[in-house]
Amino acid sequence: MNDREPGGHAAPLTPPTPVVQTHDMHGHPLASLPVKVCTRDVDVFYGDKQALFGVSMDIPDCSVTAFIGPSGCGKSTFLRCINRMNDTIDIARVAGSIEIDGANIYDRGIDPVLLRARVGMVFQKPNPFPKSIYDNVAYGPKIHGLVSTKDETDAVVEDSLKRAGLWAEVADRLDAPGTGLSGGQQQRLVIARAIAVKPEVILMDEPCSALDPIATAKIEELIDELRENFCIIIVTHSMAQAARVSQKTAFFHLGKLVESGPTEEIFTNPRDERTQDYITGRFG
Amino acid sequence: MAEHIVKSFGEELDQLTTEIARMGGMAESMVADAVQAVVRREPDLAEKVVQRDKQVDAAQADLERKVIRLFALRQPMASDLRATFAALKISAELERIGDLAKNIAKRSLVLDESEPLLIARGVDLMGRMVLSQLKDVLDAYASSEVAKAVDVWARDEDVDEQYNSMFRELLTYMMEDPRTISASAHLLFIAKNLERIGDHATNIAEVIHFIVTGEPPTRERPKTNTVQPGPEPAEEDEA
Repeated sequence: MNDREPGGHAAPLTPPTPVVQTHDMHGHPLASLPVKVCTRDVDVFYGDKQALFGVSMDIPDCSVTAFIGPSGCGKSTFLRCINRMNDTIDIARVAGSIEIDGANIYDRGIDPVLLRARVGMVFQKPNPFPKSIYDNVAYGPKIHGLVSTKDETDAVVEDSLKRAGLWAEVADRLDAPGTGLSGGQQQRLVIARAIAVKPEVILMDEPCSALDPIATAKIEELIDELRENFCIIIVTHSMAQAARVSQKTAFFHLGKLVESGPTEEIFTNPRDERTQDYITGRFG
Repeated sequence: MAEHIVKSFGEELDQLTTEIARMGGMAESMVADAVQAVVRREPDLAEKVVQRDKQVDAAQADLERKVIRLFALRQPMASDLRATFAALKISAELERIGDLAKNIAKRSLVLDESEPLLIARGVDLMGRMVLSQLKDVLDAYASSEVAKAVDVWARDEDVDEQYNSMFRELLTYMMEDPRTISASAHLLFIAKNLERIGDHATNIAEVIHFIVTGEPPTRERPKTNTVQPGPEPAEEDEA
């Protein structure tokens, strides 16, 4: 005996429950993550030319946020604001507020050098120091006074290299020059160097664009592991990479933040037509 | 919507839409002919419907290959992702519709061997209702009209009602004259198959809603439950 009415559906309709996204597709909670970096109305000028227009965004802790957009859209400019790298450009001027844990990093009392220890950065081209693998990693903790003895330094170097997934490959040649490693290994060395000073935020500007697919996969796996403990912000031209590694995605266009939201939503159902055109590869 | 920068990608997506339209046309004409085979007792027509099912199956297999290729080579995103996924879903619905039409056609051949029953006219009415659902949902797909799709979705209630009414009528026939049981049972299956085709059209309407808006329809589809649940003929699988 079947208890369905004769006119019943073979499969019941999806119940029309409103979808409140609290987890990403891997089951990690989204809503409960505290905001690490909070920006409001950030404008950036290079001389008379305005490069960023009123960017306001909340970036969650312990997750990966991806910035995507065409070349010249301002995503790297915005990334560089978060550790005051734009200070090094004479004609650059930043307006608006960028807070990390509620404190404005552009306040007078903030030392940019100390800030950059809290906010590490990894660039497109790996840039190890022309020193040994060991010294590349030990340098930061030493100058910031995080270690005092040789044993402590050894421990930080080993821990950082392990977390960067490089330890097994270099443990027996820590004295070899960092520049002698392969491109992918150099990039992981640079990441080990960045995390050795125990930063809170890690900025990555196209960290895989010079790497082959296997080295890229290793970096992506590393990013996925690191996000347990860090707020990671990545600029990438690869939409597939943004989709793979991030939980939140922000799309920039012509110096403006067009749209940001859970990565899953941005890549399946973006709200803005410009986002839609960009990620599907259409003429805007 | 703007053109794809890579033209061949745009062309491949257009091809999926064209293929679905073609499959839709095939399924639609199979249902129309199957119903006619029952109503007008035309065994030749029924045989042709049975033959044509193979073409729909082949079209679905071909479309599946195209979709897999597109996922692998193009990695469609956003609206493209939804359109590609939808083509896959809709082709499966159309393939089932083809199977059900074929089953109706086969039963019409058996019905031709017994005395005609008046209720066969009910099949005609139900067939027309389901065909207009199918036609409208395919139009809605071609033109991306959500309102039209939602309308098909809501109209499924009428088909359900017609099925319920045929169900009651056929029970009466069978109780009055046991000699009609065999024919009535076949007609009951035919009515059920038509009702299922309506369900598949409704499913397609939901997919269209998803393609255009990115979300499934939120309102509960109206359902009728005017008769007591009876022994329901199981859907026959003829995949």
